[in-house]
Amino acid sequence: MDSKIKVDIGDFRTETRKWLEENCPKSMCEPIKDASDFYWGGRNPEFSSKDQKIWFERMLDKGWIVPYWDKKYGGGGLSSKENTILTQEMSRLGCRKPIYSFGISMLGPALLQFATENQKLKYLPEIVQGKIWWCQGYSEPNSGSDLAGLQMKAEDKGEYFLVTGSKVWTSYGDKADWIFCLVRTDQDAQKHKGISFLLIDMKSKGVTTRPIKLISGKSPFCETFFDAVKVPKSNLVGNLNEGWTIAKFLLTHERQMIGGIGETDIKENPHKLALKHLPFEGGKLKDSILRTEISEFELDDEIFDLTIQRIVDEAKAGNNSGALSSFFKYYGTELNVKRFELFMNISGSDGLLWMDDKSSEINLAKNFCRSKGNTIEGGTSEIQLNIIAKRILELPS
Amino acid sequence: MSLIITEEEKMLKEAARELIESKASIDQFRLLRDQNYQSYDSLTWNEMINMGWTSLIIPEKYNGLDFSYVGMGQILEEMGRKLTKSPLMSSILFSATAIRYSDNDDLKTKWFPKLMNGETLMTLAIDERSFHDPKNLKTKAKKEIGGYRVKGKKTFVSNGNFSDHIIVVTKIDSKEYALFLVKSDSKGVKIKNKILLDTSTYSEITFDNVIVPVENRLDLKISGERLMNKVLDISCIGLSSEMLGIVLEAFELTINYLKEREQFGVKIGSFQSLQHRAAKLFSEIELCKTIVIKALQAIDQDDKELSKYASLAKAKLGKTIKMVTNEAIQMHGGIGVTDDSNIGFYLKRARVVQKIFGDYNYHLDKLAKNKGY
Repeated sequence: MDSKIKVDIGDFRTETRKWLEENCPKSMCEPIKDASDFYWGGRNPEFSSKDQKIWFERMLDKGWIVPYWDKKYGGGGLSSKENTILTQEMSRLGCRKPIYSFGISMLGPALLQFATENQKLKYLPEIVQGKIWWCQGYSEPNSGSDLAGLQMKAEDKGEYFLVTGSKVWTSYGDKADWIFCLVRTDQDAQKHKGISFLLIDMKSKGVTTRPIKLISGKSPFCETFFDAVKVPKSNLVGNLNEGWTIAKFLLTHERQMIGGIGETDIKENPHKLALKHLPFEGGKLKDSILRTEISEFELDDEIFDLTIQRIVDEAKAGNNSGALSSFFKYYGTELNVKRFELFMNISGSDGLLWMDDKSSEINLAKNFCRSKGNTIEGGTSEIQLNIIAKRILELPS
Repeated sequence: MSLIITEEEKMLKEAARELIESKASIDQFRLLRDQNYQSYDSLTWNEMINMGWTSLIIPEKYNGLDFSYVGMGQILEEMGRKLTKSPLMSSILFSATAIRYSDNDDLKTKWFPKLMNGETLMTLAIDERSFHDPKNLKTKAKKEIGGYRVKGKKTFVSNGNFSDHIIVVTKIDSKEYALFLVKSDSKGVKIKNKILLDTSTYSEITFDNVIVPVENRLDLKISGERLMNKVLDISCIGLSSEMLGIVLEAFELTINYLKEREQFGVKIGSFQSLQHRAAKLFSEIELCKTIVIKALQAIDQDDKELSKYASLAKAKLGKTIKMVTNEAIQMHGGIGVTDDSNIGFYLKRARVVQKIFGDYNYHLDKLAKNKGY
């Protein structure tokens, strides 16, 4: 019996590899170069190339946009073993993701866990088909680290909720079709207990957005304003006033994503950059202080990557701890900030370049500025340390 | 390969914890110190031999258990937790490893049985100055009729006071490395014992024209330098396992103290300044756990990058053990600097163990050099 399963799994790998090789256009196997390489879907989809369109459509037909979701929700219905094989084969060939979507990475898992069957059947297939571009409405101008202190209110008007307030740091708020929000539905309850999770169509009357420019220049972030927006009652996910549970669930996902930034972003080792740019003396970097800084960084960087692997292995063996996502987020982003500080040190005056007469494309100085947000977004380092202290070390309040 | 221990290794670790907690706890460490700095408790050592700990890394061919270095690491970690004193580190991890990776099979046949049953106790002599510098050794060996003539001085040799044999690293013609097994009572061997910060005995050993039989050379056809490096890598990884145990125990004792101690009418663990420092230590310790298991596995798998993992482990643990033991004392407050509290023992052992076979700076520098910068 066991050997039969092994044979089937082996077949699945062979077939998957063959299918990917035959169906993934060559240009979709090249590394991401800039923002236009991401396809986001939505009501007004914009493909930046013919190959991007072909790749998305073929994966959709195959059922592999979200291979591990149930078929009735538009997923591929793959087992976790098959899904792992698919992921491995895609990364072996270097296949790009056919679509980038907060619907898949964040809202979907929350709906699967907390939504009614009707809601799942309504929203999940649209996510898979890339018909709706979702954005997230959590932080507010007066509630950043103190997320549970959020003030945007949704008043019960019988037929609908009347939503008034504003959200900040909504990624792609100006482009997204729908937003999943945390709103206050009980003004008098203790702050964690008066929050609900609400889905809002961005086309609703009274919704406006304004882009936010960062110290690094342009950004996908927006401020989103809600001026007496009517939202159907059926858009509530989970129970009224129990939205904080969903928020915590989703933050865990988000932190793991941001903590992994070092994985996908510029990943060149500082010492390699130093070998290219800096003078040597006696086989060692001439700047001995910088040499120490680089080696201290790379010691932690290399072991942190292995630590992600170890904790995944432990989770597979059944030793799971949700609060560890706070450790990933804290350590991964602190390392990323250090990495960019080192790049700036190594690059000398070349690293200061903001723009020249030819282009204003993304460069080191801008990435450096952007990295400063890593230890703030998705919960500051200080908030992560609070969570480690309370949830893992169980220190008293 | 998964970065977790197997069920068998877990069972071994649990058995080790049980024995150590019941027979060789931190109270025994205090008792041994108070009874004239005894090196170890021989009843406990016999138990360890009966449990098979001295046979774990000996190949099956020589009637050893041929278990794994990962398994050995679990025991060293548990011993680190309670600062258990024994000949295991110097006689088995350092010395039996040296013989295991030598190409002199006669030495294996002759000495493995005695190392396993504790009849003989060995140690390893490399350092010659107050810092680790194996590339610049001065101890000389010269081939003569009837054996090698060894001349030089070694220092910082663990447990030289009770070891009946010493594996000494020398250079022939100031070039080629050669390792010899020398009887401690050979003519010309002079041992001066010293008590260090952590209550252990370390020795300064003079080899004054000691004649060593030809058959006692460990490296016959293989490179002596490679053998030394391999033994150092493995020893550093074993030391890192001990350091992990020290780090974990000192951290847990401190967290417990933060939950008990009250000031200003509240538990001091409720203060955010202490919570953040504790959470930062937790994060560094997560990295320590990873690199220790990775490096132990690298030994068992004959990983080509063993040397890199050994330095990553020794450097990371060396840095973290200082941080954790310093914070442990500070967070214990006044009680932390009294001899009544055990926490000071961890600070003291930390300072010694992180120096053995290269400290943080040494291994960080080595990592940088090996990457070419």
